[in-house]
Amino acid sequence: MSSPSSAAPWAPPAAGAAASAPPRESHWVKALPFIGPVVLFIIWDLVVRFGLIKAILLPMPGDTLLTLVSGLAGGPLLGDFAVTVWRTLQAFLIAAIVGVPLGVLLGSNERAYRSVEFLIDFFRSTPSSALIPLFLMIFGVSDVNKVAIAAFGALLIVVFNSAYGVMNARKQRVMAAKVMGASRWQIFRDVLVWESLQPTFVGLRSAVSMALVIVIVAEMFIGSDSGLGHRIINSQQVMNVKDMYASILAAGALGYALNILFLVAERRIVHWSGR
Amino acid sequence: MRATVDNVINGPVYADVPKPRFEPGPAGTHITIRGLTKYFAGWPLYENFDLDIPKQKIVSVFGPNGCGKSTLINMIAGLIPIDAGEILFDGKSLKDTKIGYVFQNYREAMFPWMRTIDNIAYPLKLEGRSKAEVDRRMEELVASFDVKFDLKRYPYELSGGQQQTASIMRALAPNPEVLFLDEPFSALDFEMTLFIREKLQEVFMKTGTTMLLVSHDLEEAVYLADQVLLLTKRPTRVAEILDYRDARPRTLETLSSASFVAMKKLSLEIFQREVRR
Repeated sequence: MSSPSSAAPWAPPAAGAAASAPPRESHWVKALPFIGPVVLFIIWDLVVRFGLIKAILLPMPGDTLLTLVSGLAGGPLLGDFAVTVWRTLQAFLIAAIVGVPLGVLLGSNERAYRSVEFLIDFFRSTPSSALIPLFLMIFGVSDVNKVAIAAFGALLIVVFNSAYGVMNARKQRVMAAKVMGASRWQIFRDVLVWESLQPTFVGLRSAVSMALVIVIVAEMFIGSDSGLGHRIINSQQVMNVKDMYASILAAGALGYALNILFLVAERRIVHWSGR
Repeated sequence: MRATVDNVINGPVYADVPKPRFEPGPAGTHITIRGLTKYFAGWPLYENFDLDIPKQKIVSVFGPNGCGKSTLINMIAGLIPIDAGEILFDGKSLKDTKIGYVFQNYREAMFPWMRTIDNIAYPLKLEGRSKAEVDRRMEELVASFDVKFDLKRYPYELSGGQQQTASIMRALAPNPEVLFLDEPFSALDFEMTLFIREKLQEVFMKTGTTMLLVSHDLEEAVYLADQVLLLTKRPTRVAEILDYRDARPRTLETLSSASFVAMKKLSLEIFQREVRR
């Protein structure tokens, strides 16, 4: 599958409208997203500089960023970062590989979905971290445990979104296929799967965020010797606040990057969404 | 065993109404509708509705709001199930009949994940035609519709009129026996309406495909029609079937000709009589 932009240079009208605006205003508009972070950075700096918060609780922002950059550039932080990424990825892949087909199948058979709807909704509403003790009993204090519980939490989100994607497929598209003589299987393959793609992406995006949250929590509280969660709690124990904040920022950057990655992938693959 | 005995002793409390004998329509009939019954929320919309739709003619369906114009063609096209009755195409069931359908809302009728050309070719692929056959038919269609826009684009990149043109091409691709058009012009601007109207007339003159057109615009309905089917308020019956015989191709001059104006006036009178009833 290729995106429309790769084949035909088609420019959305919005781009033209923005380009015709006066250039000075557009510079301003481009700078807008940076204002928030810069203001936060300045406030943080001032608060520490004037001793409103003790430096033992909150390090200088510059020091923190330096620790973050040097840690990620081959320092020990990099190892923990990589472990967390790997665990999140494993959990996400399990959730996606099992969840998307399962959701699409359940969605195309509404009776089947109704029969498990309560379970999905119930466990989707249950904070997955509340299930950590249960998973401890099943998997023990292991690496598998962390991946398993994150996969479980992410799975339900994927199943729910994919199933609803199929169930909420535009009825008229299904009718159009039907009137052209498509069989049930052809309608499923050529319409329902495609119609569910956009909600599926919404599900995958939420799922990867959920997987990251649970992996971090699990790394904090299920005997662990690696990962960002373990690093954050460890630095807190020994009051190494610079390292703690650097790890928190690393976790935040990871979550943000994953979200952007999925947004970009969604826009390329589900190129018709919102049109 | 006991169940059978019970059945005989206690007998059914309803009388077995014998199925009416199937009466075929007059010569030249394409679609025969007999005893069509459809309930909506417990109220009859159609009850024992009979209709013959002639072959190789354009029939425009016109009637008061809520009388079920679209419902009627959707039932014939098999998109809405019927409660009772029989609908035959040249004596065959829908299953053995090739039909095309053009929706009012082209945006939700095309598949945005396929390029426009693949959308149009989709019904041919469903039939399992070979690549060469599909290509030949597509060339034919593009030529006869005099397509000026890029079919390699996705439907959402086209204008409304272009999308509706494409969806008519898709409906016509497999050479259907009957073409259903559910208010195909309602979402289009006037210029595009005129263009597509002419294209439809051209296609009809070339192929003689039976067409069933639902329209809420009387001028449009009469302009294209060989037969104007006027319906009553619900429970819906046939109010009148008017034959309109002006020669084709009809042009913009036709719109001001005496016979067209008279036909439109007559249709309007019947329509108003039915609305007030």
